[in-house]
Amino acid sequence: MKNMIIIAQKELRAYFASPIAYVVIAAFLAIMGFFFWLIVSLSREASLRGVFANMAITLLFIAPALTMRLLAEEQRSGTIELLLTLPVRDWQVVLGKFLASLAVLALMLALTLYYPVLLLRFGDPDRGPIIGGYVGLLLLGGSFLAIGVFTSSLSRNQVVAALLGFGAMLILWLIDIAGRLLGPPVSDVVTYMSLSDHYFDFIRGIIDSKDVIFYLSVMAGFLFLSVETLQLRRWR
Amino acid sequence: MIEVENLTKYYGTLAAIKDVSFKVEDGEILGFLGPNAAGKTTTMRILTGFMPPSSGAARVAGFDVFEDSLEVRKRIGYMPETVPLYPEMTISSYLNFVASIRDVKDREEQIENIMDTCDIAHYADTQIGKLSKGYRQRVGLAQALVHDPEVLVLDEPTIGLDPKQILEVRELIKTLGGDRTIILSTHILPEASQVCGRVVIINKGEVVAEGTPDMLTAELQQAERIFLQVREPAPDTVSQLGQLQGVIDVEDKGEGSYEIACALGTDHRAEISSLVVQRGWGLLELRRVGMSLEEIFLQLTTVEDEEQYEEAA
Repeated sequence: MKNMIIIAQKELRAYFASPIAYVVIAAFLAIMGFFFWLIVSLSREASLRGVFANMAITLLFIAPALTMRLLAEEQRSGTIELLLTLPVRDWQVVLGKFLASLAVLALMLALTLYYPVLLLRFGDPDRGPIIGGYVGLLLLGGSFLAIGVFTSSLSRNQVVAALLGFGAMLILWLIDIAGRLLGPPVSDVVTYMSLSDHYFDFIRGIIDSKDVIFYLSVMAGFLFLSVETLQLRRWR
Repeated sequence: MIEVENLTKYYGTLAAIKDVSFKVEDGEILGFLGPNAAGKTTTMRILTGFMPPSSGAARVAGFDVFEDSLEVRKRIGYMPETVPLYPEMTISSYLNFVASIRDVKDREEQIENIMDTCDIAHYADTQIGKLSKGYRQRVGLAQALVHDPEVLVLDEPTIGLDPKQILEVRELIKTLGGDRTIILSTHILPEASQVCGRVVIINKGEVVAEGTPDMLTAELQQAERIFLQVREPAPDTVSQLGQLQGVIDVEDKGEGSYEIACALGTDHRAEISSLVVQRGWGLLELRRVGMSLEEIFLQLTTVEDEEQYEEAA
């Protein structure tokens, strides 16, 4: 636990020592600010539903930028040799790095909290969908980041890691469309695997334990695969 | 103490090391000597728990490097060949990171001591990315020392340094020995004979010789060698010298110089000098030639190569 936190702190410092965190956060806030203004002024509705839908897509583009460096750069520069010969377990390394990226995501989402504050000040929005939306974004974003950590473990090259991550996230986001083309029971399985299908419940203000468990298992699954990849590298 | 038993590591079907065994006693500085791609780094990576062996076992301070990897890692300070540094960190934050993972007591004080030992204290707040190669090497060494480990594993610690820095690092390593067990890999022979009490020579993944630099010299001296220089060599000098009793071989080195190989454990300088005087060749120089570790190493590796070529032919 202690080691995991030390690694997470080191990664967080690395995020803010390089321009990555600032650029990613600034880009996210600019894009979301634009959507918030556009959607609210066009719809004249005190709701964040449209903003949340767009936020998820924006995260899809931004998450790979947050995770691409995490394990790929350690492997390229050789610092992985330090990390894997320190008295820490491989899962502590992976989880520490994941937590650091999750912290940046949480900070990014926290900086958008002035949208609901504005809506509450000037209108009477439904609270449920807003709370649900933020919970959903954190879970969905966490799943994106876990996928990104995994693809970062696969390559020494950050660009490759980012593109692989983006591809995997996009496929898992859109896979429910494929589900519609296939008949049941295959369609049920494929639709269940979709990252987007579970997200829309949250925007509607429904926090279902089924959806929460789905996202937590996606995170656990990809982080487990990352640890396995690291261990596989030791054996080669 | 480090014990390595029949260590073998395959990368795919290629064996990086084959059946490597050696022992390093407490407080000893062992030189791990071999040309590039001999298997030094692979051995060290197994010792430090970076990768498991394909077969065989290694123990550090009594703990198996694979079964009790974490216990081993706590006790080892490791400086890999490519010094693992985070360029965006300052020296002090980097050492602080390593020290806190290693759970070092009195962290700040310890870090300051280590920075003094490695002579990097005046750059404590400089970003590592802005440091010169020599300083980075020292930061790498400081990182390996920060928890005052019983065992120090240094992979080519002087590579890429200028001559002055090389001497400084060697001195530093020598002072670190004594209460620590150190294993140090190098492909530079003088380094091994200067710094190390004992040397293991590895070539193509196999241990080819082991001993103190002096022992190795004695072991590998298949013949006593004598260097002779005369002012006026005669055409029959070589054959005359060759007829002396106990002389195995005479090699004409040109300009009146000869290298004479005699049977092991004999000294024929008296006979040679009287022959030279008798013939009136004019004795200029006559001395025994000791073999440097460098020659041993060359011999070890090149002789092996020749054998292999012969086998192949």
